[in-house]
Amino acid sequence: MKRILVACGNGIATSTVVATKIKEYLNEKNVQVEMTQTKLMEVPSKVQDYDLLITTGQFEGQTGGVPVVKGMPILTGIGAEETKEEVLNILTKA
Amino acid sequence: MELFLNKELVFRNIKGKNQQEILAYLSGQLFEKGYVKEEYIQAIQKREQQYPTGLPSTPPGIAIPHANFELVNKTTLAIATLAEPVDFYNMEETDQTLKIRIVIMMAIGEPHGQVEMLQKIVGIIQDELVREKMIHAKSDEELLQLLAQAVK
Repeated sequence: MKRILVACGNGIATSTVVATKIKEYLNEKNVQVEMTQTKLMEVPSKVQDYDLLITTGQFEGQTGGVPVVKGMPILTGIGAEETKEEVLNILTKA
Repeated sequence: MELFLNKELVFRNIKGKNQQEILAYLSGQLFEKGYVKEEYIQAIQKREQQYPTGLPSTPPGIAIPHANFELVNKTTLAIATLAEPVDFYNMEETDQTLKIRIVIMMAIGEPHGQVEMLQKIVGIIQDELVREKMIHAKSDEELLQLLAQAVK
């Protein structure tokens, strides 16, 4: 099963929205995923265990090669479809 | 957890020189009325500096400040419209400022019980009409009603 780390400022509000929407979308596509939410500050210590990092909020730290997708379009709805497809592509090709 | 919305947390056309003043006012009101612990007042300022909550949208802009759920007694939303736009930083591009006219301060005690509400609050940024209605609301009741409908 693929593992996705979703990070926002305090790992509560916006990451909850993004994690829920991404999970719904991937389930529709029959992709089983495990989602974990965290604070942006804790990303560097956790990200290595995941297949993908999705962030709402600015993140400029290193991920050691783990792909990063900006989750803001999922929140705003503007460009949400493209972002979901990007997530799907990363998970299915990896 | 139940969401408590109340007219006592609706503030129209408030004035503030900067985001700190607006945040202090709203978090102070939440504390005075018993919705959050006193530490929430500090936490909300710190959080906004580290991780801003201005959301990019067409005008009028909206920000959704919030802080640790451990500091919340009762889940609620405080809403303010600002007489003049105040700069908040953009959640996604934290060196960029946004002109904010609507501030929805979220006091959320249990985030996983509030996913739908959170989605709907964020959804307000896609609804320019409701944001326009909010800043032109003629009474606290009207503004509360707009908020209640938006998150229902």
